[in-house]
Amino acid sequence: MKIVTLSKSNLLPFLEASRSFGELHAPLKRGEKSCAFAKVEDLADIQVGCLRTILPPKKYFMPPEQTMFAFSPQGYVPVNEEEGKRYVLFGLHPCDIHGIKILDLVFSGKYTDTYYFERRKHVAIIGLDCIPDQHCFCNSMGTYFTEDGFDLFLSDIGDRYMVMVGTSLGDDMVNASHHLFGEVDERAKEEFKRRSNARREHFAVDVETWGLPEIFDLEYESDLWKDAGDKCLSCGACSMVCPTCYCYDVLDILELNAQQGARKRRWDSCLFKDYALVAGGHNFRKERSSRVKNRFFHKQRGFVAEYGRPACTGCGRCIEACPADINIIELITKLRSETHV
Amino acid sequence: MSDHVPKDNPYQPHLARIVRILPQIPDHRLFQLRFEDEEVARNFKHRPGQFVELSVLGTGEAPISISSSPTRPGVLELCVRKVGRVTEALFRLPVDSLIGIRGPYGNGYPVEEMEGHNLLLVAGGLGMAPLRSLLWYAMDNRSKFKDIILMYGARVPGDMLFKYELLGLLDQPDITCLLTVDRDDTGRWPAHIGVVPKLFDKVELDPKTTIAAVCGPPVMYKFVLQKLLERNFSKDHILMSLERKMKCGVGKCGHCAIGYKYTCLDGPIFTYWDVINLPEVV
Ligand SMILES: Cc1cc2nc3c(=O)[nH]c(=O)nc-3n(C[C@H](O)[C@H](O)[C@H](O)COP(=O)(O)OP(=O)(O)OC[C@H]3O[C@@H](n4cnc5c(N)ncnc54)[C@H](O)[C@@H]3O)c2cc1C
Ligand code: SF4
Ligand code: SF4
Ligand code: FES
Repeated sequence: MKIVTLSKSNLLPFLEASRSFGELHAPLKRGEKSCAFAKVEDLADIQVGCLRTILPPKKYFMPPEQTMFAFSPQGYVPVNEEEGKRYVLFGLHPCDIHGIKILDLVFSGKYTDTYYFERRKHVAIIGLDCIPDQHCFCNSMGTYFTEDGFDLFLSDIGDRYMVMVGTSLGDDMVNASHHLFGEVDERAKEEFKRRSNARREHFAVDVETWGLPEIFDLEYESDLWKDAGDKCLSCGACSMVCPTCYCYDVLDILELNAQQGARKRRWDSCLFKDYALVAGGHNFRKERSSRVKNRFFHKQRGFVAEYGRPACTGCGRCIEACPADINIIELITKLRSETHV
Repeated sequence: MSDHVPKDNPYQPHLARIVRILPQIPDHRLFQLRFEDEEVARNFKHRPGQFVELSVLGTGEAPISISSSPTRPGVLELCVRKVGRVTEALFRLPVDSLIGIRGPYGNGYPVEEMEGHNLLLVAGGLGMAPLRSLLWYAMDNRSKFKDIILMYGARVPGDMLFKYELLGLLDQPDITCLLTVDRDDTGRWPAHIGVVPKLFDKVELDPKTTIAAVCGPPVMYKFVLQKLLERNFSKDHILMSLERKMKCGVGKCGHCAIGYKYTCLDGPIFTYWDVINLPEVV
């Protein structure tokens, strides 16, 4: 991989220059302590130190609501909501990038989700490393580091960034402002190694993930699920903020003339009560406990069987967002201890 | 209009015209459809047990099994029960109306692996819809299969789907057709009376050389499975069709997940062995 350096004082000039590759979006301040990816007007607003944004970057690839196509009595016509609009997304942490890699898996395969990849190919990704907090367990999920899935990735090495160039587009972006970048020298390498180790040691939690699929099978009937179900409010917040939750609902919206309209899809959650309801009123997951269980089971067990890896990046968003304090780290840890009493 | 449709978009339905509507029993109709686009019609190839996503413009989509056999191409037949939004809207459409179809989806029956075996088809109620595709496939490829046995039950004679077509099989030499009703309210019913599992007393079955395809309401599964297991059928030789809420049909929306599988991609046909290993099947 091509690697260069960028001095911190050159970051904003570089981001300014990157606007020629698309509309610049980055974490901006929202609440007291929260930030969200949004369009950057003033570069000074960018929260370079932001840890986890409220919503993950999936909103750029699968928007909360999206028009699939329009229809009239004569048939279906494609619509492209944002034809060819390009974005530069700055400030994605390794877990965010892994989240996108997981969505890539889901939306490719035998049937390619054209809406997702139409947006995907128009977004340039500039990653940025981070220091974990008490809710991060990306070290356990194997997502605290990424060697691909970005165009550029910046790692803090003191007064500079080490910049990994991941794609030809990333290379173009570097070349377009080549005077801002420097060579990788010995001091940079040493500092990179030192900081990588320090970052690894910073994790407050270490969730053991070996054998998780088996543990989920063994503890399928565990009372822990019932306890979680008693607490859960079925609000769906955990799914909305999750970088790897991709479920959606489809609805046809008619215009007032009842002749034309559009088919839309929008984020759904398996925590919602009617998610698994079928004809005849039978609901395969009537109990809240079965719905909470389903979400974690699908991520740590079902997805592994289907795609060979868990659908969780350890970002901690669901922990932070849950009004009922349902905590995946706690759940996994307790489940494991149940199996090994 | 179809030339605007990107060919690679799996969500975009193809226009199909309703060419005939055959009322079956109350609230059930057989729709015969033909694709508007010749090329789409030519390229549409399905296997028995697969389903399509049917769109009624402005109302939405629903997964519906294909009832016609691939051995009889040209028209696509869907047997639909009126239960909710999409199906009610479909029932309001006259012949010649346009609807949307995409698919075929799902795994379908493993017909190649079933060749050389006896076939036992067990259906209850609307479960006959997907099995009809398999039935005619097997009858049209008769030499590839050994004995073919059909067991199909309805509540009363007036509730039996494809009744005249199936009654016509009663005296055919190359199929054992066992039709039953729970209750004969006509006094003219020519076949059996009683629930489907009772039909097992009427036939010899060799579990080693027979593959069973079962499709029907959950209560029927319970008793039919019991009968099959009593006769030592291998769990791999029992094929079931599972129903789940579906939105996309192509493994993206998540709705149809059962345990580790997507019903739309990995199913809807599962072996009994698959099913007992999946949580939340019923
Ligand atoms: C693989 C597969 C194959 C199928 N094959 C066939 C087939 O060949 N023929 C056929 O007729 N059907 C078939 N079905 C079933 C069919 O897809 C459903 O009946 C479908 O829901 C009908 O769509 P609808 O919009 O008309 O009904 P919906 O509007 O979805 O309503 C269906 C039922 O769901 C319940 N329901 C929905 N929403 C709610 C709510 N908010 N609150 C309470 N209850 C609710 C109600 O009981 C209602 O009657 C198949 C399903 C699958 C998965
Ligand atoms: S399940 Fe929770 S921790 Fe895992 S990726 Fe989703 S939001 Fe993050
Ligand atoms: S955020 Fe918490 S309370 Fe809300 S649905 Fe998820 S687990 Fe339940
Ligand atoms: S129907 Fe959407 S995943 Fe199966």
